[in-house]
Amino acid sequence: MPDLTTRTEPLGAVVVEPGTITPGRARGAGPLRREGPAKLTGDAKYADDLVSPGAWYGGTIRSTDAHARFIALDLDPAFDWSSVVVVTASDIPGDNIVSSIKSDQPILVPLGGEIQHHAEPLALLAAPDRATLRAARHAAHPRTEKLPAIFDSLASDHLFATYELAAGDPEAAFAAADLVVEGEYRVGHQEQLYIENNAMIAVPQEDGGVTVTGSLQCPYYVHAALKRGLGLNDQQARVVQAETGGGFGGKEEYPSMIALHAALLAGKAGQPVRMIYDRHEDLAATTKRHPAIVRHRTGVTHDGRLIAQDIEVVMDGGAYATLTPVVLSRGAIHAGGPYRCPNVRIRARAARTNTPPNGAFRGFGAPQVQFAAETQLNRIAEMLGMSPLEIRRRNVYKIGDTTPTGQVLRDSVAGEEVLERAAEAGEFERLRARHHSARQRREGSGTVPGSPLRTGRDRFASGVGLALAWHGAGFTGSGEVKLASVVSIELTAEGQIRILTASTEMGQGTKTIFPQLVAEALDVPIDAVELAPQDTAFVPDSGPTVASRTAMVVGGLLIKAARRLRGEVEASTGGAFAATYREFARSHGPLRIDQRFEPYPGVGFDDATYRGDAYPAFGWAACVAQVDVDLDTGEVHVRDVVAADDIGRVIHPVLAEGQVEGGTLQAVGYATIEEIKLRDGRYLNDRLATYIIPTALDAPRITTILVEAPFSGAPHGAKGAGELPMDVGAPAVVAAIADATGAWIGDLPASPERILAALSGVAAVAPLPPGASEPAT
Amino acid sequence: MRYLVTLQVNRTSYPVELEVGRTLLSVLRGELGLTGSKEGCDDSECGACMVLIDGRPVNSCSYLALQAAGRQITTVEGLASGTKLHPLQQAFLEHGAVQCGFCTPGMLISATALLAANPDPTEDEIRAGLSGNLCRCTGYVGIVAAVRSAAAELANAD
Repeated sequence: MPDLTTRTEPLGAVVVEPGTITPGRARGAGPLRREGPAKLTGDAKYADDLVSPGAWYGGTIRSTDAHARFIALDLDPAFDWSSVVVVTASDIPGDNIVSSIKSDQPILVPLGGEIQHHAEPLALLAAPDRATLRAARHAAHPRTEKLPAIFDSLASDHLFATYELAAGDPEAAFAAADLVVEGEYRVGHQEQLYIENNAMIAVPQEDGGVTVTGSLQCPYYVHAALKRGLGLNDQQARVVQAETGGGFGGKEEYPSMIALHAALLAGKAGQPVRMIYDRHEDLAATTKRHPAIVRHRTGVTHDGRLIAQDIEVVMDGGAYATLTPVVLSRGAIHAGGPYRCPNVRIRARAARTNTPPNGAFRGFGAPQVQFAAETQLNRIAEMLGMSPLEIRRRNVYKIGDTTPTGQVLRDSVAGEEVLERAAEAGEFERLRARHHSARQRREGSGTVPGSPLRTGRDRFASGVGLALAWHGAGFTGSGEVKLASVVSIELTAEGQIRILTASTEMGQGTKTIFPQLVAEALDVPIDAVELAPQDTAFVPDSGPTVASRTAMVVGGLLIKAARRLRGEVEASTGGAFAATYREFARSHGPLRIDQRFEPYPGVGFDDATYRGDAYPAFGWAACVAQVDVDLDTGEVHVRDVVAADDIGRVIHPVLAEGQVEGGTLQAVGYATIEEIKLRDGRYLNDRLATYIIPTALDAPRITTILVEAPFSGAPHGAKGAGELPMDVGAPAVVAAIADATGAWIGDLPASPERILAALSGVAAVAPLPPGASEPAT
Repeated sequence: MRYLVTLQVNRTSYPVELEVGRTLLSVLRGELGLTGSKEGCDDSECGACMVLIDGRPVNSCSYLALQAAGRQITTVEGLASGTKLHPLQQAFLEHGAVQCGFCTPGMLISATALLAANPDPTEDEIRAGLSGNLCRCTGYVGIVAAVRSAAAELANAD
């Protein structure tokens, strides 16, 4: 096992202090959440809390077809349209494109154009009050001609992206393998379900521009979209983040669409316009996690070593590309799991279907493929009669191993450490042995028809499951180099220290850890450091608040900027920064340090060959889950979860634990209850009464173990934390269900219907595969 | 048809003229400017709009404002005393029970009602008491810990 208290290879970065293992929850550590008091007293202003005098209410006319030609928008002549503004595609002054990776998604479908999915925006309405808007909606009727639609990603030949990774000679290795195992795994949509729905307020400006304030993760994504769609310059387009009630990726790209809509209405009305989605519209129209079909063929030796992997990943992108190519890329790179295997072929593709576009969601392609990889490995262990813990010990990446992109893991590798910590704290082997003997007893005591494991005495069966994952920290490949993010620290003439970044707070703790990191670097009290608002008029483009990059990448830039500021002040004053910066500011005037991202030393990726260092470092996570399965109803109660996560140097234990706990519960929901059902390409359960997420009663007890394998390329040794826990929860829960019942569930969620079908071998009504659309009735 | 009524919110009287169909949530947030109570679903599912009516937790999105006339309404804005946070608010802050903050007002209201009815709840009782409030950020771990800690604090203060 690597010694995590030392770095394994210096990369010319600042020395990181020796790491420590933090057992359990470290309460009381770290400064209190900076914006916490405002959130606790009701003072915090989310978009819908903001007062905008004279504001109109905006709404969206959406498609009720999955694929159709948009013929006309019929406005009922009996309705009084004099106080209503109607916007169609012909009102768009710039490109009718929502700026993203590919220019394929229109702001509004033009007349004569093709509608590509249910709930696609066709036209916009605004009125001075809600009642008029509601009446106007009922008086506006899109006329369409239906076209044949495609809902099956396997049948679609319109591909958004493909990737292929290869190493060694898989076919020769399969021929030499002692055991070859095949498996097919399917996962469906998952909704981010931030508790605050999407919301935007657009205010037209005298210079012909617009200021948009809203709930969003990425101010400069919205800024770019406004410039392109409205034909504005950098100053005319201004984006301000309101307090944001959760994102999880769901407010990464879709806010650009809503901001454009609100701005178009505001421009035409000459009034501020509020576009506040209700839950139904938010669920029906905005992006979800990509459904995926993952096929594995794995060759192993009798002693459990992986020698060949052939993996096919097919993701359903929905109707437009959004961020699908990069979601798929991350999925392809993580598809084999955190395991050494010399002979690999990974083929990944993302196809277009006539369903609402899928997009960013915590984990970004990795949870789908690692559910498949981990379930495959757990099945292999069972076939070999080997412990799931032992098979992972034999295959987990160690320092010096090479990944399928040819990346040599030189630094910050902690797969073994998290595995052992989780297995030990979760008592994995002891519980597994206990459940094994319980299952033997039960099988010996007779069965009840339709539920083979059910006996008169034992209605519930308990199980324990284990999973392990890796998660690339920050952007994939050359993403960070292309972004070239900038942060600034300002010492004002009044002697105030101010951070300027576009990184947003959405609950994860940006507004707390940024002042904390800068205060530490400057050796001043945290209260001496303030944070400028996330407003494109003031802050530089520090990149989007995504990909678990904020603490690692942007935090690292801030430390570098702070050190430069400190150096300049101390060189001038000859005294310690803390004692002299106010005097320096008075005598020298303001000083602003801009720090631009520089590539991490020794880290490089070639987009053309798709080879190299896919990530500067990986985070590592292991999870042990305990479940009780009701053998009569198929319901699963996830009772206890132990999560061990290596996130590099822990900046703030309470906030870091919060990330692990929240991500773990989202993964438990993904595993057990969260599913979108579709009919004819429309989401059926598009209300909170029917799309359900775990409550406090459904949630397991979660024990978090933070493991610190510092990343030597970052000045503070931090890696990402947000997404990592999302990768391991689902396969651990499914393995626990198999431990309890003997049945492997290959489709997520492992719903009661799927569990009963697997237990009995027959289902009264066979559940549709995840992500599939049933035909219209 | 509009009715003139007086709403008692956080020990303050607000005379308002209302149409019959208005929800309490829309009046609190609109006419009264008390935007601490949130709309997360408008469906009585998420609990973000929860307020106390005569001490009982109610989803204000599904409660008519006129029904609330003559009753004592408490919103999240009424919990702190001046600048001093209520022990529940302080415990939420210290235990990482606040992340995005959007469920927090409703969660605090439910927790207040729970502790008023049951000053020394078990973990299961806390989870049951908060099960009408959805949180997507915390996994509920910090929230349960905060309520337990506040219960101890309040018991010591008595």
